[in-house]
Amino acid sequence: MTVTDTTEAVLAYDDVVAAYDPVLGLEVHVELNTATKMFCGCPTGFGAEPNTQVCPVCLGLPGALPVLNARGLESAIRIGLALNCEIASWCRFARKNYFYPDMPKNFQTSQYDEPIAFNGFLDVELDDGSTFRVEIERAHMEEDTGKSTHVGGATGRIHGADYSLVDYNRAGIPLIEIVTKPVEGAGERAPEIARAYVAALRDLLRALGVSDVRMEQGSLRCDANLSLRAKVPGAAPGSAEQRAVPLGTRSETKNVNSLRSVERAVRYEMTRHAARLAAGLKIVQETRHWHEDTGITTSGREKSDAEDYRYFPEPDLVPMSPDPAWVDELRGTLPEPPPQRRRRLQAEWGFADLEMRDLVNAGAVELVEATVAAGAAPAAARKWWSGELARRANADGVELAAMPVTPAQIAALQGLVDAGTLTDSLARQVLEGVLAGEGEPAEVVESRGLQVVSDDGALGAAVDRAIAENPDVADKVRSGKVAAVGALVGAVMKQMRGQADAAKVKALLTERLAPADSTTDVSTS
Amino acid sequence: MSAISREEVSHLAMLARIDLQPDELDRLAAQLDVILDAVATVTQVAGEDVPATSHPMPLTNVTRPDEPRPCLTQEEALSGAPAAEAGRFRVPRILEED
Amino acid sequence: MTGTTLPADLTRATAAGLAQALAAGDVSAVEVAQAHLDRIAAVDGTRDADGVATGRAVHAFLHVCAESALADAKAVDDARAAGQTLPALAGVPIAVKDVMATRGLPTTCGSRILQGWVPPYDATVVANIRAARMVVLGKTNMDEFAMGSSTEHSAYGPTRNPWDLDRIPGGSGGGSAASLAAFETPLATGTDTGGSIRQPASVTGTVGVKPTYGAVSRYGLVALASSLDQAGPCARTVLDTALLHQVMAGHDPMDSTSLTGEYPDVVAAARAGATGSLDGVTVGVVRELSGDGYQAGVLRRFEESLAVLTEAGAKVVEVSCPSFTVALAAYYLILPSEASSNLAKFDAMRYGLRVEPGGVAVPTAEQVMGATRAAGFGDEVKRRIILGTYALSSGYYDAYYGSAQKVRTLIQRDFAAAFGQADVLVSPTSPTTAFPLGDKLENPLAMYLQDVATIPANLAGVPGMSLPSGLADEDGLPVGLQILAPAGADDRLYRVGGALEAILTARWGGSVLDRVPDLSAALATAANGATR
Repeated sequence: MTVTDTTEAVLAYDDVVAAYDPVLGLEVHVELNTATKMFCGCPTGFGAEPNTQVCPVCLGLPGALPVLNARGLESAIRIGLALNCEIASWCRFARKNYFYPDMPKNFQTSQYDEPIAFNGFLDVELDDGSTFRVEIERAHMEEDTGKSTHVGGATGRIHGADYSLVDYNRAGIPLIEIVTKPVEGAGERAPEIARAYVAALRDLLRALGVSDVRMEQGSLRCDANLSLRAKVPGAAPGSAEQRAVPLGTRSETKNVNSLRSVERAVRYEMTRHAARLAAGLKIVQETRHWHEDTGITTSGREKSDAEDYRYFPEPDLVPMSPDPAWVDELRGTLPEPPPQRRRRLQAEWGFADLEMRDLVNAGAVELVEATVAAGAAPAAARKWWSGELARRANADGVELAAMPVTPAQIAALQGLVDAGTLTDSLARQVLEGVLAGEGEPAEVVESRGLQVVSDDGALGAAVDRAIAENPDVADKVRSGKVAAVGALVGAVMKQMRGQADAAKVKALLTERLAPADSTTDVSTS
Repeated sequence: MSAISREEVSHLAMLARIDLQPDELDRLAAQLDVILDAVATVTQVAGEDVPATSHPMPLTNVTRPDEPRPCLTQEEALSGAPAAEAGRFRVPRILEED
Repeated sequence: MTGTTLPADLTRATAAGLAQALAAGDVSAVEVAQAHLDRIAAVDGTRDADGVATGRAVHAFLHVCAESALADAKAVDDARAAGQTLPALAGVPIAVKDVMATRGLPTTCGSRILQGWVPPYDATVVANIRAARMVVLGKTNMDEFAMGSSTEHSAYGPTRNPWDLDRIPGGSGGGSAASLAAFETPLATGTDTGGSIRQPASVTGTVGVKPTYGAVSRYGLVALASSLDQAGPCARTVLDTALLHQVMAGHDPMDSTSLTGEYPDVVAAARAGATGSLDGVTVGVVRELSGDGYQAGVLRRFEESLAVLTEAGAKVVEVSCPSFTVALAAYYLILPSEASSNLAKFDAMRYGLRVEPGGVAVPTAEQVMGATRAAGFGDEVKRRIILGTYALSSGYYDAYYGSAQKVRTLIQRDFAAAFGQADVLVSPTSPTTAFPLGDKLENPLAMYLQDVATIPANLAGVPGMSLPSGLADEDGLPVGLQILAPAGADDRLYRVGGALEAILTARWGGSVLDRVPDLSAALATAANGATR
């Protein structure tokens, strides 16, 4: 076994799309957010001590037997319905047999030729506002594997490790695998379409409430298949003429675990395939590993005849035959499709297209919606979530929704700003306290003493002192150079440690420094 | 059905993760040949129209509620492990990523 | 006054008799347990440090838990003394087949690969037995992972048949059957995938029942072939078998294939049968399950049983199940296929044996798996895993596994048609009496033929019983009669079996097991031979 870590030749993207027609296939694995695992009652929480969320079933102990999680089946059907799929009237689980240390039984309980949902589609909105329909082949239920840590060798990588440590807490967590039909007609937009599809799927799954869809935690994982075929001169990407050309050999890129990576990986593979084809080389049917840091893929396992999963119907689980009336009932629980909902909310909130898209990309639509529902104005809610909070989440490397602050707290914070209790900069300090777990915004204001000083006496004294300490500047203002007042405002704010309303400070300064002929009224008031 | 070759047995042993010795391969190939010959009758009995039976009893839709049940302790989970370290099962190095 | 008369030797008592005497306070659970432990010590023989049987003895047990048995028995006595109401079989000893997970007790399935494994949980069946306050004496020997019909495929040496220590006790549950025939326990558990309860019962002169698939939970039974495996009771009388059946059976939410709804009252059926009347019952003789390949003495006892059934008032008719002739072939594709997958979990990663291959400095997981499975599995297990891997592999699946599953449908249809004509079906349980140890080890196919009459029931999921029908004239060894009933009608086995047993024991003037040779004499000879 040799490791290919060398960078392969690539072709310039424009040349790729001029000569080749890309065909995509996307396989997304989503972990359901059920309370328990797919086939046993172990909890599914992320980050528990190793091997503490295991039982004889998910540990594959001799004699243990699986029993299907009702909620897992329900979620699978709802996902299928939301993807416009047909739901199987009768189907079974199957065993996929292969040996791997993180798979306790050395077979994965999955579905083979009888998926619970099949033949659907998802309409994907692209950046330019157009829609691309991705056909869905199937959605099926299966179970996740354990997690290995590689010890020894270089930097914990699998190659060169001395041994591995396995934690089976993840083993048996419910997975739904969603597989597209070959995505044809994408043309040069293939990378963008791949990303937009995964994003649309993520939004849909989130709206369904069936998964945390955290790509960085692995609860949503994408494998991207790609093949190229010769472009028919003059034929449109999705034309019958172009479709008539047989598909090329495909590669399957694994570990593509962010939206941006999906796009980059597809793009990279297109350029790599093209370079090989242009050089007269064959494409090897293999799995490829995506490397986020270097932006390339490397060769993984070659798909060969040696791979024979020996699927057969799982005898330990009985067939499923969902009652059509129940399926209809579940159809009634489907949420408004995310694109439709976005358009409705955008109209209600009066946001510009770009503002709305930023919110969507930040995964903040639900957060803004909840913040608005808690009483904040839409514009203010948006400012918080796509501004200060997005910046902090990004810096901490966590998803926005994972920030330790609730929409209700943001609404309360904004309420304090609106009431004049806080300035924007004070509000940011209060937010810091809330994020640090110091309590509700009002409590943080209290405990940190961050209230705007509205005591005119204190403020007046500070203003007088600033004027006294900066006579030159004061004179400039008096002589009509109004812009110079900014320096004095700064001085006052510094004295007040920020706890003053800058507008009010400016007004007081302007009053005090008005040209002598017009001061009478104010000074005596 | 055709005879099963020594090479085929070797390939099957690889799939089944059993390191068979050369003499075992020979012996097994011969025995499997006899057994497969005897069981080949099944291929001639049932017609296209006969459905396959995977489960002896016609049960469907057996599920359990999504409610947590007690787990094993980490100590119990690791009690049978040939090797353990830091609360995890210690296993030999893994050659390829899945 | 209780009216029970226990034999002076407590190990000769029935479970029903012991239960009654225990309830009446005529005997203590500790006394009963100690008597059986003493008997085990006397006849079961010893094992070396590696667990391998040494010398010529019964070797029914792989593990005897004397200490916990006596503690459990004492707890029962204490509870009874404190006036607690206890379950019917409280204090009655039982042996557990080593294929069942027992918390705190070794569970090896007769395999090297599980040597030393102590499960952290109880199989549901074992939990039921403990809840019934029965006293577990130990774990019984079996063919490795229940693959075999002689117990010779145990990695810890064969169990010997108490009727003749040079013959096999049947398999895979030879340990349980032999422990009953050797009076080491009044009750034992078994599992039956193709005859592993019934064939050992047949060749040891004991009673064994494979219940309807799904009647007894499979949770905690180390799986051989999931769609065929079924646990069941083993005993020396039909009533005792029914009493244990009732403890073992019941719906289990941990097993997806566990049956719901009403379970028939098998104990009442056994008692009703014991009156000896079978008026209104139609018994079907399966044409395909006798004749060629069956030992003459086996057929003679079978004919005799039919006459007894007629005498008892049953109407005997002939039925035909043509697809039964391919049942063995279908079975030897389905079983290895499922087994190849079920046994994949034994890979040296999480429990059990780990063997490092020689000549490699830092072996990979894959290499360790291959070396461990090569060292930890015996020949028969390897044979079936390879066969199953073949039958499931792409290109062969439809021809082999697919066709076998279709045959399964045909067999179910044959049963349905036959049960349209008869209430129960009968046949000899096994084509032969116990054969000498080593006789069929080199010929797997000949060994497989032992199960030709028992396999159809597993493929269809219907219940079956084997009970003694006498001794074969030519060798003086026990012959078993098999009774089959429709799925869910397990009570019919007990009704018909109970009647047959009542009439035959009356005719014989006692149980067939009264004629089992005196083991202490046989063992004394063996011991002399060993010391010389």
